[in-house]
Amino acid sequence: MTTANRLTVPGYRRDEAGTHPPLLSPGYKSTVLRAPSQAPLLLPHTLTEVTGPLLGEGRVTADDADLTHHAGGEAQGQRIVVHGQVRDSDGRPVPDTLVEVWQANAGGRYLHKWDQHDSPLDPHFTGVGRGITDSSGRYRFVTVKPGAYPWRNHHNAWRPAHIHFSLFGRAFTQRLVTQMYFPDDPLFPHDPIYNSVPEAARHRMVSRFDLSSTVEEWALGFEFDIVLRGREATPMEET
Amino acid sequence: MTTPSQTVGPYLSIGLPWPDGPDVVAEGVPGAFRLHGVVTDGAGDPVPDALVETWQADPAGRFDHPDDPRGAVSGFRGFGRCPTDDSGRYAIRTLKPGPVPGPDGVPQAPHIDVSVFARGLLHRVVTRVYFADEEAANSADAILAGVPAARRATLLAVPDESGYRFDIRLQGDDETVFFAI
Repeated sequence: MTTANRLTVPGYRRDEAGTHPPLLSPGYKSTVLRAPSQAPLLLPHTLTEVTGPLLGEGRVTADDADLTHHAGGEAQGQRIVVHGQVRDSDGRPVPDTLVEVWQANAGGRYLHKWDQHDSPLDPHFTGVGRGITDSSGRYRFVTVKPGAYPWRNHHNAWRPAHIHFSLFGRAFTQRLVTQMYFPDDPLFPHDPIYNSVPEAARHRMVSRFDLSSTVEEWALGFEFDIVLRGREATPMEET
Repeated sequence: MTTPSQTVGPYLSIGLPWPDGPDVVAEGVPGAFRLHGVVTDGAGDPVPDALVETWQADPAGRFDHPDDPRGAVSGFRGFGRCPTDDSGRYAIRTLKPGPVPGPDGVPQAPHIDVSVFARGLLHRVVTRVYFADEEAANSADAILAGVPAARRATLLAVPDESGYRFDIRLQGDDETVFFAI
C-alpha cells in the first residue's frame, strides 16, 4: 500500500524462541569457532526483506526430482518416495518455490572430495535433486534412503540418516536450510546436530513413514512437511 | 510452528551451487562489478565450506517480486549465490542497488542483504552490505544509525580495483555485524 510518502509492507512473523538451534552448540565442535559471539541486531522488515528470489522456472526439469538414475544405471539401495507440503506457519501453502536436496548414498558416502569414508561411491548416484512445489505447495522426490556415516566430531560419532533440504519461500525472511531425518533412528540420542535443536521442536525435522505414498513392489514412502514463517497481519492504512 | 534450521554441513557444494549462481548480472553488463571477499572464523582462518547468498534491488531500487507494492519490475534476478573456495573466498557479479524505501518512507542507503551458510553454522547468519562510497546516504540510513558506531565499518564494502571488497568475519575481533531477521 502506498500513501503520499509512506510505503507500508506487512513483515513476517519472527520465529518463536525454542525453534532453532543456538549457533553456539559446543557438542557440535565446528560451532565453537564459527558462531558469532555478539548478539545479532534486530533488522526491521523492509521491502528488501519481504521480497526474495522467485527461482526455479527454467532451472529445474522433471528428471531432477528422481535421484535414482544417473549415468545410464540405477542407484543401489532402498528406493524411497519423499514427499510433503511446504506451507507457512499460518497453514497457507507455499506454491512454486524451489526445493533443493542433497544427501549421501545408501552406504553413507557423499560424492565429495572431502568425504573419505571407507564405503564405496555409487556410479549411478550423485545425491542431488531439485523440484518446485505445485499450486498446493507439494513436492515429491524419488531417491534411495541415505546411510548413516561416521564424522569424527567425537569418539565413534555417527550421523543419523538424513537428507539436506534448502528452501526459499517467497521472501528473504523465509529462507530455510534444514535436514530431514527418518523415524525412530537409534542414532538420535547420540547426534549433537539433531540435539542442537530445542527438544520440543526436534520432531518437526523427522519424516513420517507413509504407507499411502508407498508404491507397491517398488518404493517405501515418507512424508515430510516443511513450515516456513508466516506473515504478520496486514497493517491498517493510516488515515 | 516453523521447521528448525540445521547446518548445510561440509558437503553443501553437492547440492547448492549453480554454474550461474554468482552472476546476478551477466558479464559485460554496464556498471557490473565484483562484490568479493573472504569468510573467516574466530581464529582468523578462512572458511572453505561456506555459501554466500545475496539479495538486492535493481539500480532503480525496484524488485522483480509481486509483493513490492510499487509493482514488480521484471528482468533483474537480484539473487547471487557463491560457495567459498579453498581460501574462503567468494565473488558475486552484480550492480549497485538503488534506494529502497525504509519503514518510515525515508529511502534507505543502497544495501544488499546477505545470508551466510556453512558447516558449523546451525542457522544462517544474516548481514547487510553497504557501500563505503555512499557516505551521504549511509549517514542518513536508519538501520546503520542503529549499529554501534565502532562496528559500523564491518558493514561497508570498500571499493577496490575489481569492484567492492566485503570480508565476513564470523567471530572474534572486528566480528561482522549480524542481524536477527
